This record gives sequence, structure tokens and C-alpha cells, in this order.
Amino acid sequence: MSVPMVRAEGVHKRYGRLDVLKGIDLEVRAGEVMCIIGPSGSGKSTFLYCINHLEKISAGRLSVDGELVGYREHKGRLYELRDREVMAKRRQIGMVFQHFNLFPHMTALGNVVEAPTRVAGVPKAKAVKRGMELLDRVGLADKYRSYPAQLSGGQQQRVAIARALAMDPKLMLFDEPTSALDPELVGDVLDVMRELAKSGMTMVVVTHEIGFAREVGDSLVFMDGGVVVESGQPREVLSNPQHQRTRAFLSKVL
Amino acid sequence: MSPMSSETRLERGEPGLSDADMIKAVPVRRPGRWIATVIVLLLLAILVQSFFTNPNFHWDIVFRYFLDGSVLVGLLHTIELTVISMIIGIIGGVILAVMRLSSNPILSSISWLYIWFFRGTPLLVQLLFWGFIGALYKTISIGIPFGGPQFVAFQTQDLISVFTAAILGLALNEAAYMAEIVRAGILSINEGQMRAAQSLGMSSGLAMRRIVLPQAMRVIIPPMGNETISMLKNTSLVSVIGFSDLLYASQLIYSRNYQTIPLLITASLWYLIVTSVLTIGQFYVERHFSRGSSRQLPPTPWQRIRRLLFTQHFVPPIPDATGAVATSAVAPGSVPTDDGGEPR
Repeated sequence: MSVPMVRAEGVHKRYGRLDVLKGIDLEVRAGEVMCIIGPSGSGKSTFLYCINHLEKISAGRLSVDGELVGYREHKGRLYELRDREVMAKRRQIGMVFQHFNLFPHMTALGNVVEAPTRVAGVPKAKAVKRGMELLDRVGLADKYRSYPAQLSGGQQQRVAIARALAMDPKLMLFDEPTSALDPELVGDVLDVMRELAKSGMTMVVVTHEIGFAREVGDSLVFMDGGVVVESGQPREVLSNPQHQRTRAFLSKVL
Repeated sequence: MSPMSSETRLERGEPGLSDADMIKAVPVRRPGRWIATVIVLLLLAILVQSFFTNPNFHWDIVFRYFLDGSVLVGLLHTIELTVISMIIGIIGGVILAVMRLSSNPILSSISWLYIWFFRGTPLLVQLLFWGFIGALYKTISIGIPFGGPQFVAFQTQDLISVFTAAILGLALNEAAYMAEIVRAGILSINEGQMRAAQSLGMSSGLAMRRIVLPQAMRVIIPPMGNETISMLKNTSLVSVIGFSDLLYASQLIYSRNYQTIPLLITASLWYLIVTSVLTIGQFYVERHFSRGSSRQLPPTPWQRIRRLLFTQHFVPPIPDATGAVATSAVAPGSVPTDDGGEPR
């Protein structure tokens, strides 16, 4: 049994007096595509942000590829990681945002090569070559000189995926990647994600696309009120939900 | 402009609307506008005429001293003071703004205190203070603080010349104002940009330098242009500590020959010329930092002239649904052309 890519044990997150996550337990195996669904405010996105330490967890244990997120354990005590170490770990985790968050002052190619050249120290020429390959992979090689404002939402999101892939991550996090898109643009982004899943990438996808979850997901998690209500095989959970809350949610979105 | 049939336009892929199809309606008459225009032009003409006929302007003296040696030296000093003080002020402003936004409460309070003090006291007082700093601290020394041994000591008067005092006064004051301008710029950038940068493994320093500040520049540049122009004129205050700038040089001349008004005009003309140059510079800097912010960059005056001269059959631009201009716009998503949206 190999080490899971993500393991969460009793993960809590508290903002002031508000408990957003109230004990999340789950495991994502290497190569697995996990889809997380649930009503807004259920803590899905917060959990994703915890995985790459953009949010600090308040209690519990969270590890990526066998290493604790944000801490080092030594003789039973936890030590906070230095910024440098946190950054090094984030490089291995790609993230795609609901609102793309492309850098508007850089071209599509500029967005993709920024982190490899500035953070990973890849030589410019090599980064550009790889960047063009990635843009080609998401079907946007001809748009390499365009600025984000000149691209449609779907194209921007595909550039954002290419940007995340440029750091060669071992895990990709998607935070509602299609929620801000016009309906006719959703398909192109899902196609890219489907291809990525097929290539063996480990993915955690917070989504409202039930069809995608059913077809591409290896596992499905339904979250509500900061806890995992139900999880399992996507087909199983979707066709035969065990909990009342899952049934109520699915009846609204299906 | 030559009329074109709708067919040739269609062949060219332009909207199929010929001139004949365009609505021809009688425009609303607006007599009020005409009357207002006539009054304003009349008043302007009276003013201009007075410039030429009123002998008290002494234009001959204005232009006699325009290229006078001491005036030019004063001008040079003014420009020197402006440039150096602005550079230090901008660097200081960025540091103060980042401190102010830092999560470290000590750093942010110190920045707040600095801004409070330097914005809260008159610039003239601050300049006088730096001019007479020698009376406050007779010596400046390097050594162990709190009564420890001193390694080197300087007479303050030797260390801080009039020029240094002028720079200190102007730059430290400017930093306080720039800090607020830079802070506003940083706050205007969506938090998602910082998150995206950090998710790629960037440090917050690198993200600030590469992602946030370049975008913030769009918001920062217009008020910064204002500040530079203010600074140009605020340098005239340094005459109080005996530094000879443009205004001081003119004052010295009119105190000898009593031609007060003409020499003030000479100085003002120079201030106007430098301000004009700065304004042009600001246009190009703004244009540089607006890359990617809109679908099309505003044409430079030079591009405007070229377009006027070389586009003989210029069809009036027809806005399409996106609001871009159909005849010359970059189609959404296409590779930008040289006419406007050039990358970098």
C-alpha cells in the first residue's frame, strides 16, 4: 500500500468563532480524481486552500504525499515550517481558481513561464518551449501573445491550467473551475481536465458539474456544514445516496 | 472620404451598411452653446490682446533673462532637486506602504506614525528644520548607542550641506504622500492575484514585485504625476534655507533691477515648460503600464498623426457589440497588431 497523496484526519478550520471545517477525514490516492460537491458555504473551497497551506488548519492532521502540510514533526512536537519550505511544497501542488486569477499584465505565455523562470530557475528558452507545449496541450498555442483581457473565460481558465501545470505538480487542486463560465464554454475546460485525468494526474476537484464527477471522478465526496456527509464511488453515491442531506442536495442540482 | 458601395464593404469583410443607409436627421439646434462659445472666445481674445499691448509685461526683459546663466543654473538645481527627491520619495513610499500593510504591528505602526508626522507638519517647517539640524544635533557619530564608545564623529554642519538638507526635507515629506498613493494602488489589486502567485510557489516579496506592483502602477501613476509636478514647484521653498533654485535665481535678479513681474514670468515659463515635458513623459509611462488592461492601448500622438496622413479613405469607426472599434480594432483573442495593442 503506497502513501496516499492527500490524507486528512480530523481537519478543523476556525475563522474567529465560525467553524468552517469540523473534522474532515479523507484520503486521495496517487492518480485518483476526487470530486467534492456540496452546497455553497459547506467548506469545500476552504479545504482545498488548506491542502496547499493558503489557509492554516486549526486542528487535526493534513499531509500531502506523506509529509505534513505547514509543519514538521520532531519528537512528538509540531514546528511551523519556514516560508521558504512552505513555498517549496506549494510548487508541487497546482491550483486552478474559480475566477482564473491570471496575471492581466502578462501575455498567455508570460503567465505560463513566470513561475518556472522566477521560482524554479528554469532557463528562459527552455521554459518558453515547455510553455508553448502546455498551451498547445490546452488548445491555445495560437493565443500565446494574447493578454487575458483578449481571451474568453474558457480560454483564460485553460491558460490558468497550463500555468499550474508548468511547475510539474504532483497534485492539482481545482476550485470550482467552471462556475464562472458561460455554459457553452464549460465543455472546453472540462475536456482539458478529462485529458489531464486520463494522463494519470492526481486531482481534487471542487465542482458543481455532476456529469463530470460521474464520468471522470474515481471518488465523490459530498460535504455539508463543514463535514463529509457521504463519500464513495461516484455512480454509487449519485444513484443511491444514503443520507437525507445528500438526497436533498442532489434533487436540487440533478 | 469616397462613398463605397455596400458590396465592396462586404467583400472586405466590413459591416454591410452603406452611407445611403445611414439615418439622415436634422440635428437639434443648440443656441445656448453657440452663445457661450462666442462669449468665452471674446474674453480669451481680450486677455491675449492685453498680453501684447500692456507694456508692463516687458516681454523684452522676460526673454532677455530667459537664457540667462544664473536662471539656467537655478533651473538645473530645480530639476536636480525634483528628480533626486522624487526617486528617494518613491522608494521610501513603497517601503512605507509595504510596512503599513505588513502584519507586523510594530512595522505598521511606525509607518503610520511617520506618515502622520510628515503629512501633519508644513513642508516649509520641515525644510527649515533640516536646514538648522546642526543647531539641534551638533555632532553625528557612529558607535555603541546608549552611552557606549564612539568610533567616528562628524560635525553635523559638514555632513549635511544645504543641498542635502533640501533633499532630505523634500524627499522625506514626499515619501509620506507617496506611501498613501502606493498603498491605495496595492489595495486596488484583487486578493486572488496574490493567492495565485503564492499557489505557484512565489514568495510574498516576489509576488509583490512581479505581480502586484506592476498592476498597481496603473492606479499609482496618475497621482504620482501630480506629485512630481507639485514637487517641481515645491522645490521653490528651498530658498528659505539658502539654496538657489529657479525661483530664487529670478528673485536675486529682480532684487537688483526691480523688474519683478517680467522675471516672475520668466521663471513661470520655465516651470510650464518642465511641467509639459513631465506630462508627456507621464502619458508614455501610463501607456506602458496599461498593457493588457484594455483591448486596445490609446494611440500615441505620433501614431495619430500617421493614421491621419496615411489613411486617406478613412471610414468612420463603427463600434461593434464589444465596444471595440471595428475598422481598426484587434479582434478579441487575435494576435495583437502593431496598431495599438503591441505586446511589451
